[in-house]
Amino acid sequence: MSEKLRERVNHYLDLIVLTIVGVIEEFIYEVGCVMSFGAYSMGTFFKKPYRMKEFIQQMEFIGNKSIFIVVLTGTFTGMALAFQVYLGFRMVNATSLTGPIVAMGIARELGPVLTGLIVAARAGGAMAANLGSMRVSEQIDALEVMGVDPLEYLVAPRMWASVVALPLLTGVFDFTAMVGSYFLCIHVLEMDEAIFWDKTSLWLNPNHINEGLIKAAVFGAVFSLICCYRGFKTTGGARGVGDSTNRGVVLSMVMIIILDFFLMNLIDIYYKVTT
Amino acid sequence: MAQENAIEIIDLKKSFSEGDYVLNGINLNVPKGKVTVIIGFSGTGKSVLLKHILGILKPTSGTIKILGKDISLLTDDEKVKLRRHFGVLFQYAALFDDKTVLENVMFPLDEHRKDLSKTQKLQIAYEKLRLSGLDEKHYKKLPGEISGGMRKRCGLARALALDPEILVYDEPTTGLDPILTEMVDNLILNTHNQNKDSSSLVVSHDLHAAFRIGDYVAMLDSGKVLLHGPPKVFLESDNPLVARFVSKGVNKK
Ligand SMILES: Nc1ncnc2c1ncn2[C@@H]1O[C@H](COP(=O)(O)OP(=O)(O)OP(=O)(O)O)[C@@H](O)[C@H]1O
Ligand SMILES: [Mg+2]
Repeated sequence: MSEKLRERVNHYLDLIVLTIVGVIEEFIYEVGCVMSFGAYSMGTFFKKPYRMKEFIQQMEFIGNKSIFIVVLTGTFTGMALAFQVYLGFRMVNATSLTGPIVAMGIARELGPVLTGLIVAARAGGAMAANLGSMRVSEQIDALEVMGVDPLEYLVAPRMWASVVALPLLTGVFDFTAMVGSYFLCIHVLEMDEAIFWDKTSLWLNPNHINEGLIKAAVFGAVFSLICCYRGFKTTGGARGVGDSTNRGVVLSMVMIIILDFFLMNLIDIYYKVTT
Repeated sequence: MAQENAIEIIDLKKSFSEGDYVLNGINLNVPKGKVTVIIGFSGTGKSVLLKHILGILKPTSGTIKILGKDISLLTDDEKVKLRRHFGVLFQYAALFDDKTVLENVMFPLDEHRKDLSKTQKLQIAYEKLRLSGLDEKHYKKLPGEISGGMRKRCGLARALALDPEILVYDEPTTGLDPILTEMVDNLILNTHNQNKDSSSLVVSHDLHAAFRIGDYVAMLDSGKVLLHGPPKVFLESDNPLVARFVSKGVNKK
């Protein structure tokens, strides 16, 4: 009796372990597929024929058309953050540090992360939907049959445009957020303008800004890779396109937030090693 | 058989889900310099067969040879080279929906004919569009703004743009009115006659046209080639499925 029971327990344990191993294996395999998809696509960008026209079109779409929404979010984030920090520092009579803390928070964290999230939702969603509908209406097949590599023609310009555009947009975000917090601190909370700028330039290091821009470039690569891959692998008609878009955007956003933490540590270590 | 084959399909099998074969041992030769028409009931895998020939789908088993070369053994570069010999009209045209009608036809020319000037390429594009029976006032429209039949003809013009050696048409006349149908059939024949070395593979539901333009006709059923030969063997066949298909086709005419 107990022998039999032990056998069954063993059997289920085997099953559980095998399932877990299977899931992990599949995950690693999938990540490998995505990585090689991205690496190959980005590599083709530097081979003939050069897709300058497509690249500029994508820059216009990802960069230019996101500026307004980035400016809007930037200004209000700057103001909101400044107000919170001000409330906190007022309790310890250190309101003069509001400027630098806001600047650092924006440049290192909120700038790249929020810009990444906004652009992933806007442009990433469009990428997944666009490539997905091209896949289900056989346009990608048509490209291939015409002897044009769809990765080189469709994916490479999108990925590179994202990598270039995101740091630029983050720069815009950083700037407008600082303008927002400046406005709030000086004109609403009536702090001293000279102290605000003096403390900010004293504490804020160019490395902080660079750190944010590097992160932004990585976020650009990540969201465009995920969304392009999802779009590219779409199956199942119009419903499949909706599915890909949805999953592409959600995964991109989650990845940006998770990666942000690890990148922060990595960059910190790098600075420590080099200085 | 001294005849050369443009496309040779040997025991091709394909299943999308375990055990359910859409193609179940297709053997078919498409001779060079001839028009071969594939007929068959809806859903018998005609489009799937074409996609295998184009290398978009991978066979579960079996071999496909194009111009004597096994396509599963080709390197990427060789594949691209081979594909320049192809002109393909997809069943749903597969036009690029962010490009206008004219830009769609210009696309293969822009990609592969870098030796031509812009005006020469435009000239070719206009010529192909005119031959396909599209009015000039539609050239600046996007695929979303024209009718299904017009999309088909635009796709046809795009397929012909490079004067390819192997032409593959998936239901070129479905959805066109009788006059346009005849015109497109004539265009397929004329294109073929202009370049005697070119080979055409046409999927069609229109039996009347199939017999008119086809040198050979192949009928697919249940994942196999039911009957393959010159049109007259279809009229003489006593296979009930073939007879049914033929009688319907003749009635329609
Ligand atoms: N990507 C796919 N995944 C799964 N099944 C598929 C796929 N493509 C085609 N099929 C199946 O293959 C069969 C044949 O489809 P196909 O499109 O080749 O038909 P067809 O002969 O071209 O029909 P029609 O004349 O209506 O165009 C169908 O039963 C279809 O369900
Ligand atoms: Mg079909």
